[in-house]
Amino acid sequence: MKKYIASLLVLFPFVLPTEAQAGTLSVKGSDTMVILSQRWAEEFMKKNAATKVQVTGGGSGTGLAALINGTTDIAMSSRPIKEAETEKIRTQFKATAEQVAVAKDGVTFYVNEKNPLNALTVEQLKGIYLGDITNWKEVGGADASIVLYSRENSSGTYVFVKDHLLNGEDYAAQAQTLPGTAAVVNAITQEKNGIGYGGAAYAKGIKELKIKTSSGEVAPTAENIKSGKYPLSRDLYFYLRGKPTGEVKTFIDFALSDEGQQIVNKVGYFPVK
Amino acid sequence: MDREALMQQSLAETVVVPQLSPTARRRQIREKAIAGIITLMAFTGIAALVLIIVFVAKEALALFTDAHAREEASFSKMFLPQVARQGRPPTFTWQPVSSIPKVSMIPLFIGTLKTTFVSMLVAVPLGVAGALFAAEFAPRRLREFLKPIIELLAGIPSVVLGFFALMVLATLLQDTFGFTYRLNAVVAGLGLALAIVPVIFTVAEDALTAVPRSYREASLALGATPWETAWKVVLPAAAPGILAACVLGFGRAIGETMIILMASGNAAIVSSSLGDSVRSLSATIAAEMGEVVVGSPHYSLLFFIGVELFVFTFVLNMVASVWTKKVLKRLTGGAS
Repeated sequence: MKKYIASLLVLFPFVLPTEAQAGTLSVKGSDTMVILSQRWAEEFMKKNAATKVQVTGGGSGTGLAALINGTTDIAMSSRPIKEAETEKIRTQFKATAEQVAVAKDGVTFYVNEKNPLNALTVEQLKGIYLGDITNWKEVGGADASIVLYSRENSSGTYVFVKDHLLNGEDYAAQAQTLPGTAAVVNAITQEKNGIGYGGAAYAKGIKELKIKTSSGEVAPTAENIKSGKYPLSRDLYFYLRGKPTGEVKTFIDFALSDEGQQIVNKVGYFPVK
Repeated sequence: MDREALMQQSLAETVVVPQLSPTARRRQIREKAIAGIITLMAFTGIAALVLIIVFVAKEALALFTDAHAREEASFSKMFLPQVARQGRPPTFTWQPVSSIPKVSMIPLFIGTLKTTFVSMLVAVPLGVAGALFAAEFAPRRLREFLKPIIELLAGIPSVVLGFFALMVLATLLQDTFGFTYRLNAVVAGLGLALAIVPVIFTVAEDALTAVPRSYREASLALGATPWETAWKVVLPAAAPGILAACVLGFGRAIGETMIILMASGNAAIVSSSLGDSVRSLSATIAAEMGEVVVGSPHYSLLFFIGVELFVFTFVLNMVASVWTKKVLKRLTGGAS
């Protein structure tokens, strides 16, 4: 028996956590920011051939979890860091979590092209997503049930809509959750009574809802989001363990430089400066 | 003879072993090595199983030991209705990511049961009837053709089946039945059935072909028609095997993640309608494990769901094996 146990121990070697190697930068997190960070990484590596930048998605929470576990250098997040997460970084690394806003984004609501509505007020959207408004005719549309699409609760967009539109209240139980903006867009193209939301960067082939405000209908355009006229905009962040140094600092400086912010525009988000 | 004497004897025996030739000795060593490796592999399987249970349970343990987790996700909060919104009647709500987390397992149980129910409703009759046809009535050539085709179906990755259910089945069913939700328990259940039918078919077919020829011949000799023979003699004789097939299918249905994740809509609703969107236990783990704050009550809760799934399949297999024994006893008159 002892023999067996000894051989078992050989079979399960102790696995060490993988630290990011020197010369490679790992950037991980929000799916909303993956394309943007990849563009940055490409341009950055053209200038700094010695540094390799790896960008992976998985959701804001995943990125921050990797930052806590020490498996990434930079976490991309489309939601502000939570107190519990900052606390973990403080206890494990004796460092404060550094927050850098690198771009701005507006959350857009989509409906099917066949939907007669073009604009809703923030209050109406809130009622729809809380489940108080269940039929399109209540907001001036056709007589049909509203089919709600939401994102998985791992998504920064989910948290943003919850905090900024629903004031922290819960989504209606009927809201169907889908992974990724692309899936939401795809579902709404097939569901004529559907409504969903996502980043402005992805909206193609469906109708973007304008937001009715006291000063008229506001579309989620670049200048409206930059000026803050569009009510549902947010910052996109990089999070780090402590103050950036060395390659991390060079990369973040590049992202915030004029050239880096040009890339933000090209990808479809909005500059922070 | 006491042990001492035995030892002595065995020692004496080893002494008089004739000298082996080098080739024979090498062969002996090789035999020993191979036997050792095989034993090691068997133990690795067992060890892996035990370690999986231990580690999953360990992560879930915080629900019982950690005060914060106990408060946030107590058993009453998991299984009794809670007030989700101010001034509303208490409901069963699954909203673990919230200022006040609501962690009712009930919608997840209902979702899992709904999809499993639909898939079993479709897959058991299809699988068993198909197996009966293949084993009893199909001409040899057709059977040789039918079996590999259905076994090929088992090889389709569940992602592909899920995509098929999401893109094709969902639209088709909505157009046919006019469901409010495009993605619902029926769509997910049918997608799931596609994955389960080959499992049930294969095992049931093996059980049916294993029924001794003498049973069939006796039945036919007594004047029963082929159909009566298949239905009243062969099928009952293969009952334990068919039951095992259904249990395997059921286990796969409960644990299947990807198809449900893609085709059910993942809304945690408590309702009796199969046309509503559902969220299953396994899909919840898959959807939420990626973002969860490691070590939080929500994290422990997801592992707890994993333990639940484990317990389900375990209990199911136990019940099935006991039941199978009973059925066997009844059929063979307690002979075996």
